[in-house]
Amino acid sequence: MSGKTSKHEFRSNTLPALVTVGPVALLLLFLVVAPLILVAVMSFCKTDEYYNVVYEFTAANYTKLLSVEYVKIYARSLLISFVTTFICVLIGYPFAYIIARTKSKKKKLLYMLVIIPFWTNSLIRIYGWRSFLGNNGWLVKLLTLMHLADGSAELLYKTGTTILGMVYCFVPFMVLPLYTAIEKLDGSLLEASSDLGARPLRTLIEVILPLTSGGIFSGCIMVFIPCLGYFFVSNILGGGNTDMIGNLIERQFKSANNWPLGAALSIILILLTILLVKIYQKLGGDMDSLGV
Amino acid sequence: MKKKGKEKRDKGLSILFCSAVYLFLFLPLFVVVANSFNATTTKPYLSWKGFTLDWYVKLWSNSSLLESFGNTMLIALLSTLLSTVIGTLGAVGIYRYKFKGKGIINGLLYIPVVIPEIVIGIALLTIFSNTGVPRGMLTLILSHVSFCVPYVIFNVRARLSGYDASIEEASMDLGANRIVTFFEITLPVLAPGIAGGALLAFTLSIDDVIISYFVNGQTKTYPLKVMESIKSGVSPDVNALSALLLLGTIGLVFITQSGILSGKHNKV
Repeated sequence: MSGKTSKHEFRSNTLPALVTVGPVALLLLFLVVAPLILVAVMSFCKTDEYYNVVYEFTAANYTKLLSVEYVKIYARSLLISFVTTFICVLIGYPFAYIIARTKSKKKKLLYMLVIIPFWTNSLIRIYGWRSFLGNNGWLVKLLTLMHLADGSAELLYKTGTTILGMVYCFVPFMVLPLYTAIEKLDGSLLEASSDLGARPLRTLIEVILPLTSGGIFSGCIMVFIPCLGYFFVSNILGGGNTDMIGNLIERQFKSANNWPLGAALSIILILLTILLVKIYQKLGGDMDSLGV
Repeated sequence: MKKKGKEKRDKGLSILFCSAVYLFLFLPLFVVVANSFNATTTKPYLSWKGFTLDWYVKLWSNSSLLESFGNTMLIALLSTLLSTVIGTLGAVGIYRYKFKGKGIINGLLYIPVVIPEIVIGIALLTIFSNTGVPRGMLTLILSHVSFCVPYVIFNVRARLSGYDASIEEASMDLGANRIVTFFEITLPVLAPGIAGGALLAFTLSIDDVIISYFVNGQTKTYPLKVMESIKSGVSPDVNALSALLLLGTIGLVFITQSGILSGKHNKV
């Protein structure tokens, strides 16, 4: 018997390791690392008069990023992402709490109902909001019927409309990690807290929130960061009035055709992401809870 | 008695609040479905002109819409298949073997997950255009595989962490070789994780807008077709297709859910 075990131990692991990990390694190298390095290089490149990328060093793209017009857009992006994240916590936390702690048999269904809308294409749902809110839309008609607005009320193309669309897109990304964190919460701790005389609010602040803070942090990361890049929401609902950093990048690659400038903007977004993830880890956040 | 009343009030508030959130989540879907029955024929197809089922018929002669939908399904199936194979092998290999650069690979896996999609999109566009890879079906599939693989790995890895490797040793002691052991022992145990990862990959692929938008070339996927039509107004046949898909997915969810509830396999 011992002979057989040692035979396994002496078996070479090089080939199986190569076969299993090799494809992932190649994929990461060619489709993640190399592209990002190229973007970093390109962000320091010039363009010729036809906007072709010329591989000569310049820092001009980065100085352009400091223009007032751009700084305004960063500020707006951060504001929209921040408000979106905040509203997602306000809606998502009590919602996740209720469905995670319900004793109803339909718990699984309640959970699935959060996910189902997200299996319909996100653009068409955002477009649904646009037709609902638009100036021929149902909401304006309804409000007019109720004498709360006149027929020409304009609800679209405002910062608030873009935030609404963002909250709509990201609320499930807040609910799901919170649901997981709250479901793990040991009910006996809550009972102990109230038995020892804590009022519900105190139990919430001193027991429930600290024990589920991991879920809050990962939810915030999963909302705040992608929100900065969701250019189509501000395109459709903000109509160009609520441009964010994602819209700037999109324009450099799709219409203005200034790839190096777009690359520099992307580097800013990457650095911001790294900073936020570092803070998240400092707060004790687990990278694995950012996955789904 | 007083406590009972308070509990009842709290419960009522909870139900009210949750209903409001569900209403918020489903509202645009109602609009999409309602517009698929809209008899309007003038752009931007927003005002209500009465009920019709015409769009569900016209849909089948809108060849560019059907083609884009076909592309989306093909890309989703192929990239799910590829990323599930690559991801499952990778998760097992990373878990089992010691090798140089393991920490780096583990770290790199988080990049597609945390970096905003637009950055991944422009980075892939840049590399494809610099290496002369023609943009189209191939670049769409490669890109989708690249952002799906980490999710498959995370799902399979979650399954591996509770995995007892000694059953593989037992299998090999009983004379099975590595490959037979992998297919007969390892895969069945990991199956729920693999299925979860594959499902997630499929969902991410069919709904992807941002990354596809940069790497598609002339190939249109269904989301990109929607994006294109948004400028001039989404015609109700697009809504009709979405409504059918919604019906399909809800049906699928209920079938699999009832399967999960009655099956005992997921208790392994």
